[in-house]
Amino acid sequence: MAIIETKDLTKSFNGTVKAVDGVSFEVREGEIFGFLGPNGAGKTTTINMLTTILKPTSGTATICGYDIVKDAAEVRRSVGVVPQEYTADEDLTGIENILLCADLYGIPRSISKPRALELLKLVELEDAAKRKVDTYSGGMRRRLELASGLISRPKLVFLDEPTLGLDVQTRAAVWSYIRRLKEEYSMTLFMTTHYLEEADSLCDRIAIIDHGKILTVGPPNDLKEGLGGDMLDIEVKEPDVDLSQLILQINHVKDVKKNGPSYHIRTEMGEEVAPAVIEVIRGKGVHIMKISLTKPTLDEVYLEYTGRRLREEQANWEDMMSVRRTLGRART
Amino acid sequence: MTADRFTTPRASKEVDGSMRRPVLEDPPYEVDRSPVHGIWALTNRELKKWYKAPFILAISLIQPLIWLALFGKALNIGALFTGSSFNIPGLNIPQQVLDNLANTMMQTTFGTSDYFSFLAVGMLSFITLFTAMFTGMSIVWDRRFGILNKLLSTPISRSAIPVSKVLNASVRAIIQAVVVLIIAILLGLNISNISVLGIAGTFVALFLMTAGFASLFVTLALRATSWETQMAMMNLLNLPLLFASNAMFPVSFMPSWLQPVVRINPVSYAVDISRQLLLGSSGMASLGFEFLYLGAFAVIMATIGTVLSWRLLSR
Repeated sequence: MAIIETKDLTKSFNGTVKAVDGVSFEVREGEIFGFLGPNGAGKTTTINMLTTILKPTSGTATICGYDIVKDAAEVRRSVGVVPQEYTADEDLTGIENILLCADLYGIPRSISKPRALELLKLVELEDAAKRKVDTYSGGMRRRLELASGLISRPKLVFLDEPTLGLDVQTRAAVWSYIRRLKEEYSMTLFMTTHYLEEADSLCDRIAIIDHGKILTVGPPNDLKEGLGGDMLDIEVKEPDVDLSQLILQINHVKDVKKNGPSYHIRTEMGEEVAPAVIEVIRGKGVHIMKISLTKPTLDEVYLEYTGRRLREEQANWEDMMSVRRTLGRART
Repeated sequence: MTADRFTTPRASKEVDGSMRRPVLEDPPYEVDRSPVHGIWALTNRELKKWYKAPFILAISLIQPLIWLALFGKALNIGALFTGSSFNIPGLNIPQQVLDNLANTMMQTTFGTSDYFSFLAVGMLSFITLFTAMFTGMSIVWDRRFGILNKLLSTPISRSAIPVSKVLNASVRAIIQAVVVLIIAILLGLNISNISVLGIAGTFVALFLMTAGFASLFVTLALRATSWETQMAMMNLLNLPLLFASNAMFPVSFMPSWLQPVVRINPVSYAVDISRQLLLGSSGMASLGFEFLYLGAFAVIMATIGTVLSWRLLSR
């Protein structure tokens, strides 16, 4: 069942600039959906529309069956948002911040207090709960944001760059919390990230967006397969014997290029095909010197769709400042 | 397969199996859907920041003390007419006559026997005005830190955001005004006409004025993205609002072109009500009209702010 369904969702600013241009996709209940794209591609604008902060210029979307314009109040009640910025009030303590969030959702204190304590325990902040947030480290703040975003037990949570600016250890920890929370509360996650290997290992499906348009949607493995498969590189001792035609006859092999002593073989299911290739080469009395198998990464998929050109025009000043503030605070 | 790369050993042990506890089951409960809960939660947040930080609280209370002591006592206008400085050579007027004359002049000009009392009561409005103006800034900060977006994604009503700011400003302003009044009395405010009802009426007037101006400045800040713009706006308006009022000088002695401006300025009415009720001065209009004027100002500004917040906060 689709928990998010968008149809031709479009947002233009100042009448002309289309930040999001006719986006249609659906997110299934219970999955982790990754939303990837360069800065200024339209990720945050899409999230802002889905969380009813911005009104779409045209097109529609439903969340948990509610229309994002007509039933905006119900949408807000059913989703949780963990924004890119650190939004906790630094002058209040961790638990005060979570309870403030609960109050905004109208949850009575008799319910929200035990819930807040439980969430703080889950993200391992119970010892720091009564400390002011300005004493927290970047990782602690991020975990507090997570806990605050989940206080209303939402079925769907939006995570905007949840690990921006965190070091590798903290990122790993934050992700383990996210996964644990998702399991405990059986939620659907919609997330953006710039760390593609995170998206690869965590997301059930990803969408790549650029210039306001969805370029592709699918499970990370399918997208990688879509590039044409694995690359098997073999170097032999006898460069004069050409085995290209023989290798090409092996099942699943797509393409073979010979360059002196080297064969570049593009193939599906590289692990299974490699032994067969080795057998064929050896069978002809040719000696293998080197062999390597490379699997395509999500980085290659991403670059394939969004292009390799560096971008200069994007990221307005306000976004820049926002990212710098987040990075600055993540490092304290 | 690669999923485990992002799991610390400790965390993964907790994720799978043994350490897993069942999630807290909630008893059935009703979500509060009234707009009041959002207003209350947000106002409480702002006030908590204030009363939980004794240092900021102290600073904001010391400021009026300095203003009162410096402004009120340094501008000792009464001294012009009393003491040895005021006499006409060769006429040798008796001191008692001079003192009487001076007292009458002060009474007719300022409506009270000393300038300190006149100014101290004006200062009540001045300080609440400044608190009201600074309220707009906190929306600009909320926007820049992403807090505003976070609030907009929660089920609270859009208007709860400006309304809570205005309420917070009004409560802070009233507390500051109480402190200023106490300090003024300690410094020698003329209390011969003071009454409980008069003090209560004064605070009602100050509340209305603060609510009106806080609404105005919050409305101006609804779309502002830079605090520089908001600061410039405040600097543009604060001193004109103060000087084009009767806070420091009586309106009847101002040039005729300035008088209508003073009579439009809501600050003048808050000041005038305070003087009528605390010092027994004769006012520039009846108390009823002045309360009505301030009430209308507050209601209109708050309505504009609320209506615009529906439109401007959700683009």
